[in-house]
Amino acid sequence: MNAPFEGIGASVRRKEDLRFISGHGHYVDDMNRPNQLYAYIRRSDRAHAELRGIDTAAAQAAPGVAAVYTAADLAGIGGLPCGWQIHNKDGSPMAEPAHPVLASGKVRHVGDPVAVVVAATKQQAKDAAELLVIDYADLPAVASVTDAIKPGAAQLHEAAAGNVCYDWEIGDKGAVDAAFARAAKTVSLDLTNNRLIPNAMEPRAAIGDYDPTTGDHTLYTTSQNPHVIRLLMGAFVLQIPEHKLRVVAPDVGGGFGSKIYHYAEEAIVTWVAARLGRPVKWAAERNESFMSDAHGRDHVSTAELALDAEGHFLALRVHTLCNMGAYLSTFGPAVPTYLYATLLAGVYKTPAIHAEVKAVFTNTVPVDAYRGAGRPEASFLLERLVDVAARDTGMDRVEIRRRNFIPKDAFPYQTPVALQYDSGDYVSTLEAAMKHADWAGFPARRAAAKAKGRLRGIGMSTYLEACGIAPSKVVGSLGARAGLYEVANIRVHPTGSVTVFTGTHSHGQGHETTFAQLVADQLGVPFSQVEVVHGDTGKIPFGMGTYGSRSLAVGGSAMVKAVDKIVAKGRKIAAHLLEAAVEDVEFKDGKFTVAGTDRSKTLGEIALTAYVPHNYPIEELEPGLDETAFYDPKNFTYPGGCHVCEVEIDPETGVVSVVNFTAVDDVGRVINPMIVEGQVQGGVAQGIGQALLENAVYDKDGQLLSGSFMDYTMPRADNLPNITVGTESTLCTHNPLGVKGCGEVGAIGSPPAVINAVVDALSEFGVRHLDMPASPQKIWSIIQGAPRMAAE
Amino acid sequence: MPQVTLSVNGKSHTVEVEGRTLLVELLREKLGLTGTHVGCDTSQCGACVVHVNGASVKSCTMLALQADGAQVTTIEGLAKPDGTLHPMQEMFREHHALQCGFCTPGMVMSAIDLVNAHPEGLTEEQIRHGLEGNLCRCTGYHNIVKAIAAAWPLMHGRQMAAE
Repeated sequence: MNAPFEGIGASVRRKEDLRFISGHGHYVDDMNRPNQLYAYIRRSDRAHAELRGIDTAAAQAAPGVAAVYTAADLAGIGGLPCGWQIHNKDGSPMAEPAHPVLASGKVRHVGDPVAVVVAATKQQAKDAAELLVIDYADLPAVASVTDAIKPGAAQLHEAAAGNVCYDWEIGDKGAVDAAFARAAKTVSLDLTNNRLIPNAMEPRAAIGDYDPTTGDHTLYTTSQNPHVIRLLMGAFVLQIPEHKLRVVAPDVGGGFGSKIYHYAEEAIVTWVAARLGRPVKWAAERNESFMSDAHGRDHVSTAELALDAEGHFLALRVHTLCNMGAYLSTFGPAVPTYLYATLLAGVYKTPAIHAEVKAVFTNTVPVDAYRGAGRPEASFLLERLVDVAARDTGMDRVEIRRRNFIPKDAFPYQTPVALQYDSGDYVSTLEAAMKHADWAGFPARRAAAKAKGRLRGIGMSTYLEACGIAPSKVVGSLGARAGLYEVANIRVHPTGSVTVFTGTHSHGQGHETTFAQLVADQLGVPFSQVEVVHGDTGKIPFGMGTYGSRSLAVGGSAMVKAVDKIVAKGRKIAAHLLEAAVEDVEFKDGKFTVAGTDRSKTLGEIALTAYVPHNYPIEELEPGLDETAFYDPKNFTYPGGCHVCEVEIDPETGVVSVVNFTAVDDVGRVINPMIVEGQVQGGVAQGIGQALLENAVYDKDGQLLSGSFMDYTMPRADNLPNITVGTESTLCTHNPLGVKGCGEVGAIGSPPAVINAVVDALSEFGVRHLDMPASPQKIWSIIQGAPRMAAE
Repeated sequence: MPQVTLSVNGKSHTVEVEGRTLLVELLREKLGLTGTHVGCDTSQCGACVVHVNGASVKSCTMLALQADGAQVTTIEGLAKPDGTLHPMQEMFREHHALQCGFCTPGMVMSAIDLVNAHPEGLTEEQIRHGLEGNLCRCTGYHNIVKAIAAAWPLMHGRQMAAE
């Protein structure tokens, strides 16, 4: 009987599922340490205020309370560091104000942590926190970027004059101005990218533990990158050397970016555990997630496109104001610059691009990368602008795209905004998506909808994104304070089973399955014989974690390198055993064979020999079969594709229903199609959420109005359609697997497709643009307020 | 402190709780059944759904004392003692209806109640409507809907009648 195929390309069912479907996952809040205390964090309910004093006496005396701490107790502890420094147009570094672990002197956003109460139970800690008397003197607040840069606006930080973090630019302004001067047609569009709250279903949590007999600290935390947390917290905040600090990110219930960053609570529980000599747990309530997890997006932009008489794009000019929130989150400054403005070429051969980005502090939760991170903002701007250009010039939406696509024979393609794309075929994804979505049959469906009194529209986006952010040298020159390689350690055990230790982290992506498939395929061992270990700095080598759809493109490439080392060593051992020359030994399907003979040894036999080296070339070769490889990417990868959305609007209510959604993406080589489809569907759901439902709303005084699931509209099952997913792949040319990444394509490609469809549905009302979310109220108002342009 | 006596996954427990203790806190903190999750505190997300006397209940919305005398089933109690999974668990795995797994226990418990409550059959629209009380941030629900439709015939021992 043939074993089922479980290698690269097979939709293998997931290894991780059994523990999750049976209730045996190990999320941080499921864990408890003996003698554990509970921390509760009292947060600011003011957007901006002076902290005049905190009376802790009543809280200290409350039942069960072990300790109460405020900023005064944390003297000597560093602030939360920022991992990316952007430089202004004039070359000076960005404003980088201090980000204290507990608010010191002032609070700057609702949710800013002010004090920590530690008690025997969570309820006791929470009850006691209510007894803290905090003397605030309210200050005027600013919540929007446009308000924050006005003269006379409330100022958040002395170190950031005018609330400006940086004023940055990319591209050739002279070339763009010249192109606009000679353009046959120019198109301009003002648009916002709505602020989002990530809302992974597992709220953040952390447990600090300390062993006074060894001085070892352990932090269990809901993180996408435990080594990054160890480095940032150990080196910059608590000054704990790496060998005395272990960070464990066990099962993590979704991240979407929000669990990349080093948060105050991680430092708090680690510090308190050492101070009190007892483990300390903190677990966020959902309202804390809303006001303390890094938010996403929040751009206000003006985009202008210059075209020639035939509709060829000549130049693109973009001005963007982006919201950093009250403090710089770990990678906040990088998102609206190197993950946004560098993507403004999209899939188009626009020869000149200039973008100016001004980052602004406001009295809101810090903003950082959220699924897509900068690329959804770029794709929304570009794909809306292209649709508007088609409308304003009377061109067909598909034709204007085709006319401006980078042709498939133009790779490698150097854009005017720094990136060099390695591969792609935008016509093939466009045509496949149009076919799957039956674009040609749309007029009949529109007519049928109209007969029922409903408004039907169709829209597309032809997007591109960049994943696997790299190489380290390049990102370093752009201001990253970290390397962006990945590591894999492959340990072939004496009897031939394999453990893979990866620096990436799985929090829903299915790495335990995909990576096992990959290594099983490459080593020719059964899938069931490969185990993937991640998430514990005590076990895994120093790796950078999971974000930016990097895990397979960067982490998987490191695995291939490690496999190559295993095979190279195995060939030497096999050559010795088979009394052949090393160069005559071939490795295939788990066997080392002397070329042209039937003499061979299995990987298991080689492994056993390596660990029991009785007959072994011990003079030339170390025992063991255990190899580590670090992989630093040569370039980003460039997934792209075409998303087509079809909507129906009920004119009576303004409610938009997504009736069809088709995503055809080029994600490079696919290891597990089932998992890729799931990633795309999930990303599209978040994109539809952004386009139609989700919005983080602050009032002008900085109060978060959308601070719960009752106020912030998460997509539910009955808001979403079935999502048709296809892949049309070109291979990445610079990594060994040809993979590009699939985690974010859904969230990047879908929002403009949805809005383009909504605008199309509303075309008879003269609608040219609609900002997200396209809520029923907005649409109903348009339908009620606008005179019908087209006569029946 | 008041006491509550209840049966959880077929096993009787008598536990001291505060008056304000929620059923989910009793399950997670007193009985160590951490498969039931807390995702929101406001009865919106459904990660905490368990069965109380056979019906799905958000255990963050019920006081432990209200469960006195009740039969409670949690995600840990679905599989047979020999490890055979409930068909809904099997179909979630088969159809890749979970990613991070955090919403999964509540989703599975709600889905079982939904299928049990509809012996006449379930349309896709009914499934989507029936999941309104459960949030998932990973899957876009597409595969969850498929898994539930696939579990229906297994749970009812027959195919759904054609519409």
